[in-house]
Amino acid sequence: MTAVTEPTAVDPVKEESSSQKDQTPFRRFVSDFAESKVAVAGLIVFLLIVLIAIFAPLIAPTDPYDLATVDILDSRLEPGAQMMSGTTALLGTDGLGRDMLSAMIYGLRISLGVGAASGLIALMIGVCIGLAAAYFGGRTDTIIMRIVDLQLSFPSILIALVLLATLGKGVDKIIIALIVVQWAYYARTVRGSALVERNKEYIEAATSLALSHRRIVFKHLLPNVMPPLIVVGTVQVASSIALEATLSFLGIGLPVTEPSLGLLISNGFEYMMSGKYWISIFPGVALLITIVSINLVGDRLRDVLNPRLSK
Amino acid sequence: MSETMPTLQVEDLKTHFFTKGGVARAVDGVSFSIEKGEVMGLVGESGSGKTVTGFSIIGLVDPPGEVVSGRILFKGEDLATASEERMRQLRGSRVAMIFQDPMMTLNPVLRIDTQMIEAVQAHDDVDRKTAFERSRDALGQVGIPSPEERLKAYPHQFSGGMRQRVSIAIALLHQPDLIIADEPTTALDVTIQGQILFEVQKLCREKGMSLIWITHDLSVVAGLADKICVMYAGRVVEAGEISDVLDGPMHPYTRGLIGSVPSHNKRGEPLAQIPGMAPSLLSMPSGCAFHPRCPRADGRCQEVPEISAPVAKDHTVRCFHPHVEGAS
Amino acid sequence: MSVYIIRRLLQAIVVVVAMSIIVFSGVYLIGDPVDILISDDADQEDRQKLIESLGLDKPFHIQYLTFVARALEGDLGDSFIFNEPALLLILDRMPATLELAVASLLMAIVFGIPLGMWAGLKPDSFFSKSIMAGSILGFSLPTFWVGIMFIMIFAVIMGWLPSGGRGDTTEFLGMEVSFLTWDGLSHLFLPALNLALLKISLAIRLTRAGTREVIHQDYIKFARAKGVSTRRVILVHVLKNILIPVITVMGLEFGSLIAFSVVTETVFSWPGMGKLIIDSINLLDRPVIVAYLMIIVFMFIIINLVVDLMYSVLDPRVRLQDVKS
Repeated sequence: MTAVTEPTAVDPVKEESSSQKDQTPFRRFVSDFAESKVAVAGLIVFLLIVLIAIFAPLIAPTDPYDLATVDILDSRLEPGAQMMSGTTALLGTDGLGRDMLSAMIYGLRISLGVGAASGLIALMIGVCIGLAAAYFGGRTDTIIMRIVDLQLSFPSILIALVLLATLGKGVDKIIIALIVVQWAYYARTVRGSALVERNKEYIEAATSLALSHRRIVFKHLLPNVMPPLIVVGTVQVASSIALEATLSFLGIGLPVTEPSLGLLISNGFEYMMSGKYWISIFPGVALLITIVSINLVGDRLRDVLNPRLSK
Repeated sequence: MSETMPTLQVEDLKTHFFTKGGVARAVDGVSFSIEKGEVMGLVGESGSGKTVTGFSIIGLVDPPGEVVSGRILFKGEDLATASEERMRQLRGSRVAMIFQDPMMTLNPVLRIDTQMIEAVQAHDDVDRKTAFERSRDALGQVGIPSPEERLKAYPHQFSGGMRQRVSIAIALLHQPDLIIADEPTTALDVTIQGQILFEVQKLCREKGMSLIWITHDLSVVAGLADKICVMYAGRVVEAGEISDVLDGPMHPYTRGLIGSVPSHNKRGEPLAQIPGMAPSLLSMPSGCAFHPRCPRADGRCQEVPEISAPVAKDHTVRCFHPHVEGAS
Repeated sequence: MSVYIIRRLLQAIVVVVAMSIIVFSGVYLIGDPVDILISDDADQEDRQKLIESLGLDKPFHIQYLTFVARALEGDLGDSFIFNEPALLLILDRMPATLELAVASLLMAIVFGIPLGMWAGLKPDSFFSKSIMAGSILGFSLPTFWVGIMFIMIFAVIMGWLPSGGRGDTTEFLGMEVSFLTWDGLSHLFLPALNLALLKISLAIRLTRAGTREVIHQDYIKFARAKGVSTRRVILVHVLKNILIPVITVMGLEFGSLIAFSVVTETVFSWPGMGKLIIDSINLLDRPVIVAYLMIIVFMFIIINLVVDLMYSVLDPRVRLQDVKS
């Protein structure tokens, strides 16, 4: 790297790409990403899922939680059967007579919402803590990283179990649990790449100009730790959606009033032995498509943003 | 098998690497031959193809590399077309190899005895005890003290020089007809270098083995070899008896190499250098690969010069403008 | 070496104490178990009696110290629900969980390492690409969902294997085990495979990465130059180098297997510790929750210690560093 006279944030990723002068870094990133057809397909599917979740009330054929329209006589109808209200239940109905397709669309909304909310908050907390550890170093760093290491040495499900045992059920409770499970991953990632950046000349230059801590950390360090952060973030959203579903399946996650995909699967599990597969399988497939599509995007992001990690 | 047949005769060997960036012609038409008991120095800069030549002979060129043409006649048998099983039988028993970096050639998680006994048993159907005894004797032969104890040790418990002795002992286990030594002293201290050099030379002479000594160091070859092959960019540019080539180098590249060796009788004079850098294998200059760096190059050098024998019977050079005595 | 062990033991004790405080104070906040234990029509006096008998009226630090003193004697309290010592309750279920976890670990190693080596040795073949695609799926699919699919395919549709429970057990080394009877084995297979899936994927990835790194090392080429057969080069030279990191990680994952057995045991009604803890959380059975978490922490520490020791036995380079330090 050439000597930096001005303390501007020099993004190594951008620098590499400057060899291809006709492209902006973002353009290059997009074209690199698009090289993998599978990843593009994953991205399209994921965007569709997000749209479905956002516009759930407009898309769902019925409102599965409107007690006035749900009829117990419709319970456990096979896929394609007609409900009392005259609507066709394309994917069948569940034990309470709700249209599976509608329940899934609403469930998707809850699953994605919980995953995104916990992911975002955990990311913010983890980034702040990780940057603090890397920037201040010394004892702060040691203490923070001890805690991070200790937490990461325990499986996420165990930590979630302890917390939910303590806090009880509820949307807010599970979001808290997922935040506690995730923050350490972000903190470790951010600290790792921030430490590398910290020792580079431009940070030294910024420090010698006596810029404020906050300015150096957020204007100069943060942009450079973004690539690994994006990769970890994508993977974490997928795994937190999976963890929420698991906890809800175990009956210690979301309350019955907030039926996420995991809870729908759990509800259908008891009917499966009697061959009524659709109550459990369809929400499961929806969960699967969501997780796999996010992971496909994440895998590709890792290859594109960090060539060193890919092999 | 007649006595006049050379131990190894390489004819127009071509080994190419098919990489994503294009075809790298690491070895591009190399020919030489070695008689029984003869020592040949194979000299060149890194990337000149000398190591790949060694691996081609022993059949260990890994993909994307491939021997694309030529013949490797080992006591009359063509190794270039031999089956994998036949090659395995020959490797270690008739043709052995010593590698460059002794720190990397022994498996770090296996004890020395494991690595030696398997080498014995790979070719001879003997029990563990016999194999162990042969390994012990082989270690003693290369000057390792208390070999019985040392056999129980792991590689990391040996110094670099000791490890290279172990590799040499392994190479000598089956008294091969040919040993290929790939810069075996480069990674060692100078004092150890001398010892190893002496040891190998002695053992080869005693057992009448042929030896190819691959190196970039002319001074090593000078005291060791009977003849020399100088490689540049995948081709042999000059070959001949050691004294002929060193005393009367004809190829501008060989002259450059010899001139760039510091010596006491040239003290104070600026060291001769070969200008420029060795070309990348992926973007080879046309014609003679050396012409961009050559002081004698002219328009003709855009073609590939044929190998020729202008002076002595065994002294060949690949150049249009060789330094023939009286002409330079 | 002994200095190293003592240092590790001290470290472990610190972690145990820290965890006991965290777990105890966490569970202390759970909520009032009295509400669950007592019938709705009980009066205030009955309520008070129950609180006293459980020691819930004392301040937090007294409750903690009482807990520690008793724990050191091996008494982790009695279950509110079963009126049995919580420790016994858990130890009673532990063999089932251990059997499941060990079976899964074995599956991960037996399936994961050969598949990973294949993928590393022939990275461009179709089979290798399928293996890697499968391992990505193994990483992303939630365990409980795969378990449900297993039950649907192999138990409900095919009818090949039972859908849950433990089957016939026999006594082995003082523990009830399933793997010695045909019926028990058939009950064990699906849950063990389910639990192992994630670890198989992990083993595949680690082995593949290790294989690709090792096969380009000089010592592999040198082994081939000795005329050693390809088979021996792969099975001895490559494998032994890969086994060290893979076994280390797999060993570390044993704790995670025990933690994740919570999910598999629930799906397959496997009568182990995991099912017990879920029931206990739902019933606010505080002593059982605390006991379970303490035992798990303890197991984690032991596992880490054993893995470290194993590592130093397997890799001579590590052993040397210890001797030097």
